[in-house]
Amino acid sequence: MTVREIAAEAYRETIPVLVLSAIGGLFAGLVLVGMEAELAAVPGLLVLVPALLATRGNVYGSLGARLGSALHQGVIEPTLGFGDERLNAAIAAALANGILVSGFAAVLGVVVLRVLGSESAGLATLVAISLLAGLLSGLLLTVAVVTVVVVGYRRGLNPDTLAGPVVTTTGDVVGIATMLVAARIVLALGGG
Amino acid sequence: MVEGSAEWSVSGIVETMLPLLCVLTAIELVSGLVLESFEATLLAAPSLLLLVPVTIGMGGNLGSVLAARLSTALHLGLLSFSPTDDRLAGNAVATIGLSLTVFPLVGAGAWGLTAFVGETGLTLGTVVLIALLSGLVLSVLAVVVTVVTTYAAYRYRLDPDDVVVPVVTNVCDVLGVLVLFGVYRVVA
Repeated sequence: MTVREIAAEAYRETIPVLVLSAIGGLFAGLVLVGMEAELAAVPGLLVLVPALLATRGNVYGSLGARLGSALHQGVIEPTLGFGDERLNAAIAAALANGILVSGFAAVLGVVVLRVLGSESAGLATLVAISLLAGLLSGLLLTVAVVTVVVVGYRRGLNPDTLAGPVVTTTGDVVGIATMLVAARIVLALGGG
Repeated sequence: MVEGSAEWSVSGIVETMLPLLCVLTAIELVSGLVLESFEATLLAAPSLLLLVPVTIGMGGNLGSVLAARLSTALHLGLLSFSPTDDRLAGNAVATIGLSLTVFPLVGAGAWGLTAFVGETGLTLGTVVLIALLSGLVLSVLAVVVTVVTTYAAYRYRLDPDDVVVPVVTNVCDVLGVLVLFGVYRVVA
């Protein structure tokens, strides 16, 4: 194959996923623009945006990859009713990772902001928002990833090529939207 | 049994992944701090704020797709790390071409969505130019980061799938924010 043929093939195979993820990213940006009031009310929240978005991709992208490989190898059953112990363990571990890392991001973020002498909301407020956003986004993304991978597999589609696009398109929107909801709940409960 | 029970226990999965996730989170906080330092600019120019998640995401995607393709080619013995390698060159060209296709559309989309909900803060031409230049710089950086990381994984015999994709995705995320603000300062 010539360089031109290799480039054309790579371009053709990748463009649909990139366009889908660009659309997801634009809507995530729209939610971020609508979050101006919360960003102003909770100094330090913006610092956490890239870390929390990346966590969604890292944790639930990896859950999708794990389930895809396991289905191929026959290690887990393609069921949706909590009947497969390994599937349940993978889901519980992904949720635990997602929530623990979100809390870690908030603690580390506050420490760094204090060291730099920058303004930040209270530790408890940022940790509460982060944990709540981690829980909510984890539940939504788990449902999305597991449903798409299992249903896709049953219909004869390759789960490896399904999980990536699902996480990249929904991960950012769900990630930001749950940060917004979590910030509103914590502010309403008197955080700040 | 090929699959050990630890590989499918909750604690086994958490113990394997959590340390890497914490390192990646620390890397991502760097881009968060850059965002924070531009908070006033971002709130004054909503089109630019709207571009933030999509630029981060596209940087990571360009890198991770290239990393996955190079890792597979390596596994299959189709790739050599030489500047004259056709597969390396073809994939690099495709990455830059993809970026130059998608980023101008993203810029126009960002401006359109912001105009739909309120003030844009910047003209359509400026937002498209910022997106296009960010995409160009970001895709070149994504190629460099991916090739270096894949080569390192290959040299040190690490599994490219386990190591390269998360490292490249998160480093490209951070570069996305840095490039976006670098370009904004030059253009605006």
